[in-house]
Order: sequence, then structure tokens, then C-alpha cells
Amino acid sequence: MNGTPEHEGMTLVVRSTARLITGFIAVFGVYVALTGHVSPGGGFAGGVILAAAAVLVVLAFGRRAASALVTERTCHTWDAAGAMGFLVVAVLGYFVGGFFVNFLPVGRLHELVSGGMIPLANLAILVKVGAGLAGAFLALAAWRRLGPAAGRTEV
Amino acid sequence: MGIELFIVALLGFMLLASLIAVEAKDLLSAVISVGAAGFALSVIDLLLGAPDLAITQVVVEVIALVLLVRVVLRRDDTSVTEPRDALRTATALLAGGIILAVTFFAIGGMGAVRGERTPGTIPAFGEPKFVQADAEPRPVSADYVAKAAEETGAANAVMAVLLDYRAYDTLGEATVIFVSVLGAYVILRRVGRRKSEAKEDEA
Amino acid sequence: MGVAIYLMALAVLLVGLYAVVAKKNIIKIILGLLILDYAVNLLLVLVGYRTGGAAPIRAPGQSPAEFAARSVDPLPQAMVLTSIVIGLGLTALMVALAVRLHEKYGTFDMSKIRRLKG
Repeated sequence: MNGTPEHEGMTLVVRSTARLITGFIAVFGVYVALTGHVSPGGGFAGGVILAAAAVLVVLAFGRRAASALVTERTCHTWDAAGAMGFLVVAVLGYFVGGFFVNFLPVGRLHELVSGGMIPLANLAILVKVGAGLAGAFLALAAWRRLGPAAGRTEV
Repeated sequence: MGIELFIVALLGFMLLASLIAVEAKDLLSAVISVGAAGFALSVIDLLLGAPDLAITQVVVEVIALVLLVRVVLRRDDTSVTEPRDALRTATALLAGGIILAVTFFAIGGMGAVRGERTPGTIPAFGEPKFVQADAEPRPVSADYVAKAAEETGAANAVMAVLLDYRAYDTLGEATVIFVSVLGAYVILRRVGRRKSEAKEDEA
Repeated sequence: MGVAIYLMALAVLLVGLYAVVAKKNIIKIILGLLILDYAVNLLLVLVGYRTGGAAPIRAPGQSPAEFAARSVDPLPQAMVLTSIVIGLGLTALMVALAVRLHEKYGTFDMSKIRRLKG
């Protein structure tokens, strides 16, 4: 990443470890976001954990190999989808009482399906924050030239 | 009492790490020191009873560290030579002095130093407004803590506040993140820049 | 003890402010803004702390009165949670600016960049 034209990824140990644990990190992020109303965490914590999983993939395998999994286009799309999802949850409350009114039944405490629309809002925030931060990191990792343009030969 | 001592020790570590980060000649060392300060902050959050903040702070710290190291790690020089500039240092000291004076009076002035419970603007450490029985007007956190579980069905009062009682603020925050990430994309974009600029880059 | 804690958090804020105002290297300015962000989040959470308090999450089987007697203030924590993630977005934006500046001018030094005006 320091000066080479194309970041090629890291050593075998790092790549094997990344292959094993990236799935667990991503699932953990989704878990923390979805059970945010019962235990600590919530949409923001889950979103940044998901973004960290994407950062791990890009760092360990190089941008070219990782583009099979995370590209800037998918990050942009999911970012916008998360923002729209949050707005949809807000507007749906409008039909029941007012903007952002909690319209689903409240349910029993400590269950996964409880708290009205709070788990849905957590899901939207997870998608938005995760995809947004992963996309920002990808845009920066793709930047190859650090230094004055004169003298560099790669594109 | 034990917790407060621990918090003071961690704050001392965080202060030391910040000083090293600001004064270090080598940029990579400075970046790593800021990382240490962020980790100390995450443990302080845990001690202050904010587990959501601790999780988020530690992961945000790691991602920020990766971003900063990416910028700083280059083949050419990474050391910093800072000539002493009297005007800037004097400005910094003046601003610092003003902030110190304002905060001193906000905590309650000389009464707080002597240990009395004088009514400053910032409540005494350990006794937030919503705990005091005679707070006038009644602070809204008391209602949130008392009613969050029944009205919203969420056991986590912080989530209930963020996504039900104060959902507008969360919408504003999602907008701010969207705009800042969009700004980062636009600055780093290659397609669509002016032709003259592109020619100058290739030269 | 409480005054000492507030003053130390304030000292971190002043260190960050000094870095933003008095430093010329743009990476140092970014680090100063980051330290300022940490200090402000810390001060907000400190205001809501309650001596001997627990996290504002109701455990299964805890009665509402017991919960209200032990929990810390959830309102500053909710605001600071969003603020931490916004700080990361801000860091990404500032680093993008620094990278573009370096590509165009070849240096991180603000005084040289100001003179070049290209």
C-alpha cells in the first residue's frame, strides 16, 4: 500500500485467517445490530463492525481480488437503500399517527420481536452505516498516487 | 471510589497519549498515539456505564487508524519539522485560557474546588440533574428512564431514546454521515474532472 | 475527585485545540481534530454519570423502580453514540482532502501550500 501500483494483498497467514473469520465478524455485526433493543449495541455499533469486516477483506486480499465481493458500486447502492429504508420506516408511522410514531405492537420485553419498529430502524441503520463507511474506505484504498504526479508511470 | 481512581488513571494515560501525538516528530508515531488515546477512551466509556459507546468507539478507532496509516505510510519523508511560530502559539494559549476560565465558572467556581455542592451549570460529578429530587424543571431523562421499557418495549433505554423518543435526531445524523461519505467520494473521484486538470495530472 | 476528572478531560480538549490552531502539518491538524472529538464525547458522557450507577439496560427480572434507582442518564449516551460515528465520517473526509492536497502540491505543509496557490 505504500507506493506499489496495485495492492496485492498480504501474506498467506493473514489471508487464511481472514478467510476463516470474516464471515463470523459480519454475522456478529448483524447480531449486535438486530438485538440492539435487548442488549448493548444497536444499529451504529453493528454497522461499524460490518464496515470493519469489509476493511479486513480489502486489506488482506488486495483491492483487485476483493472486488469480487465488495465494489464501490455495491456500497453506493446499499448505502442509499439503507437511507431510504430508514425514511420508509419514518413515513409509515405517518399513516398511523404522525411522523416517526411507533406503529407496530410493542410486544413483551426482552424478546427479539418487540419494541415496535425499533428492530426495523436498527436494520436500516446497520445497512446504511456499514455500506457507507466501507465505501469511503474503498474510495481511499483505490487511490494509488501519493506524491507529485511527475515521475509516476502507472495509471 | 475505586472506579473514580481508575477513571483518573485512564484519563492521565489518554492525556499523555494526546500530548505525544501532538508533539511527536514522526507522523507514524503520532498516529499510533492517537490510537492509544482512543482505546483508553473506550475503556473509560465502559467504566462510566456506556457499553454501546465502548463497542462503537473501539471499532471506529481501528478504522480511523487504518485510514490514517494509509495516508502517512509513504516511501518519502514522514518526519515533521515545525519552526516555532510565536503568533500561533500565543493564539492557542489565549483560546485555552478563555476556555479554562469559562469551564471553571461552569463547574461552580471556587466552591467546587473546596468541595461544596454549589449550583454550577454543570452538575457535580456523579449527581446528574435527573437524580436530584428538587430539579426544577423536571429533567426529561427521568421520564425516559422510568417509562422507556413500558412505552417502547425496548429494554435498552439508549436505543429507545435514539430510535423512538428522539428519532428525528437519528434521521439528522444519518443525513450527516451520508453527506460526509459523499464528500469523500467526490473528492477522490477520477471520472468527470475537468480536462485541463486531467492533462496536468498525466504530465 | 470530580473536579479533577472534569479538569483532565478539559486538558485533553485543550491539547486538541492547540494542535488545530498552532500546527502547520496537515496530518497534525487532522490528529488535533480527532483528539478534540474524543474530548467532547468524553465530557458529554461524564455529565451523565451517576455514582455507583449501572448501564441503562434493564436486566430481565429487574423491577422498574430498581432500574430507575440505579441507571445512569441515557440521553447523553444516545447523542454521543451518533457523534462517534459522525466523527469517523469526518475523519474519512479530512483524510481524503489531505490525500488530494498531497497529490496536487507534493507536501503536507500548510504554509508551503498557501504560498503555491496553484
